[in-house]
Amino acid sequence: MLALALSSAAAAQTMDVPLTAVPGEPVRGRAIVTTRPLGLCLLCHAGPFPDRHLHGSIAPDLAGVGARLTPGEIRMRLVDPAASNPESIMPSYRRAAGALRPGRAFQGKPILSDQAIEDVVAFLATLKEE
Amino acid sequence: MRAAALLALLLFAGPAVAQPRSGYWDAGPQVRAMQDDDTANPGFLWVEQGRAAWQAPPPGGKACAGCHGDIAAMRGVAARYPAADPASGAPVDLAGRINLCRAVNQSAPKLAREGAEMLALAAAIGVESRGLPQRIATDGPMASVIARGEALFRTRMGQLNLSCAQCHEARAGARLGGAVIPEGHANAYPEYRLEWQTIGSLARRIRACLTGVRAEPFAADAPEMLELEAWLALRGAGLPMETPGVRP
Ligand code: HEC
Ligand code: HEC
Ligand code: HEC
Repeated sequence: MLALALSSAAAAQTMDVPLTAVPGEPVRGRAIVTTRPLGLCLLCHAGPFPDRHLHGSIAPDLAGVGARLTPGEIRMRLVDPAASNPESIMPSYRRAAGALRPGRAFQGKPILSDQAIEDVVAFLATLKEE
Repeated sequence: MRAAALLALLLFAGPAVAQPRSGYWDAGPQVRAMQDDDTANPGFLWVEQGRAAWQAPPPGGKACAGCHGDIAAMRGVAARYPAADPASGAPVDLAGRINLCRAVNQSAPKLAREGAEMLALAAAIGVESRGLPQRIATDGPMASVIARGEALFRTRMGQLNLSCAQCHEARAGARLGGAVIPEGHANAYPEYRLEWQTIGSLARRIRACLTGVRAEPFAADAPEMLELEAWLALRGAGLPMETPGVRP
């Protein structure tokens, strides 16, 4: 029920215009998603990647996400997860300010650059198989 | 959690109180076995050092034992800290209380909160409460300290914008990367962590979680640290003390 409600809300949330003129590069996107300190994705998500026992279990499996969501919807998830779920624990990867007590090294910085977000979108769009 | 509370309600038809669950149960059988065997638990190296420090007078001062007698007299003490210092009314944690005795009763310099001697004394005092339920005072000056601690616990912080509660309440038992998220209780400190390869304080653990969400950690003597420690102790009320605990 809840999952259904979430995904239909998500479907309404899309950001179809890329953040950069240079198209995303899926190979770089894969490196970001699978390198924990870069993307942080696998802290929360599991996915079709090695070392599954080190993947998180507090977010949906990323397998098949490219079939479930359009690139615009994936982009929206990364830029503003709260748009589809105000209670979301997924951080905005683009927001550079507004967090309380950001660590010194992270002040005024987004988690990923716009180009890195495009790389991740391009990679997730290739994950078609459940 | 909710299911457990509901079950409790059905079984006892009284007020539903979710039982806190120690991180011991999330630590895996090998780590639990290490904690259960005093000869295998590395924390006992610090307990032994703390027992020696208890007996040793500082230059020109009295040993802890000189006033308090056998360290067994400390039974139950660690289980009720943080607490208000009766003399000043100021809330202190166990390390803060030890440093009060250093300053007031021993005329000795304060010990560094993460230093080996402080961790050793806290471990030696803590082990005397092993098995006793954690139970701190909630009245007087502690009431507002605990309330501020709970508010902080529920505040999103850091570049990842997460609150303690979002992991330790809502998602306890699930996995963050390769680690099981425990409920985040305070009943086993100072605690030996295999990841640290040493014993560490509750404050160090809290700092690690803050750094994990890319937040600026609170200074060791910041009031926020004591507030969080007090709230953790209250939400874990009734848990048996495990000092020195062992965790992955
Ligand atoms: C702190 C935990 C956390 C992190 C880190 C995180 N996510 Fe998420 N993510 C979630 C949660 C929880 C959801 C479920 C929807 C919601 O509650 O927002 C989600 C949903 C998604 C979705 C929609 C999935 C679907 O099937 O509908 C995508 C795509 C996604 N995340 C991608 C990523 C990527 C890529 C990264 C890393 C760059 C990442 N997430 C990092 C927690 C996280
Ligand atoms: C000169 C005597 C004296 C010495 C030496 C001394 N203490 Fe104390 N200590 C006291 C007194 C008196 C109290 C009670 C203070 C109060 O309740 O206001 C106390 C209280 C305490 C408490 C809190 C007990 C409780 O029931 O809450 C702890 C813990 C403690 N001392 C640890 C130590 C340690 C560790 C040392 C050595 C580093 C030490 N003390 C040295 C006199 C001393
Ligand atoms: C992103 C999730 C997350 C957040 C947010 C978080 N923690 Fe943790 N915490 C963990 C994980 C995971 C562990 C266990 C680490 C391990 O075993 O390696 C842990 C361990 C702990 C422990 C140790 C429990 C024990 O049994 O020894 C305490 C205490 C704790 N956290 C307190 C806090 C406090 C206080 C905050 C907020 C300032 C906080 N945590 C924020 C994930 C989190």
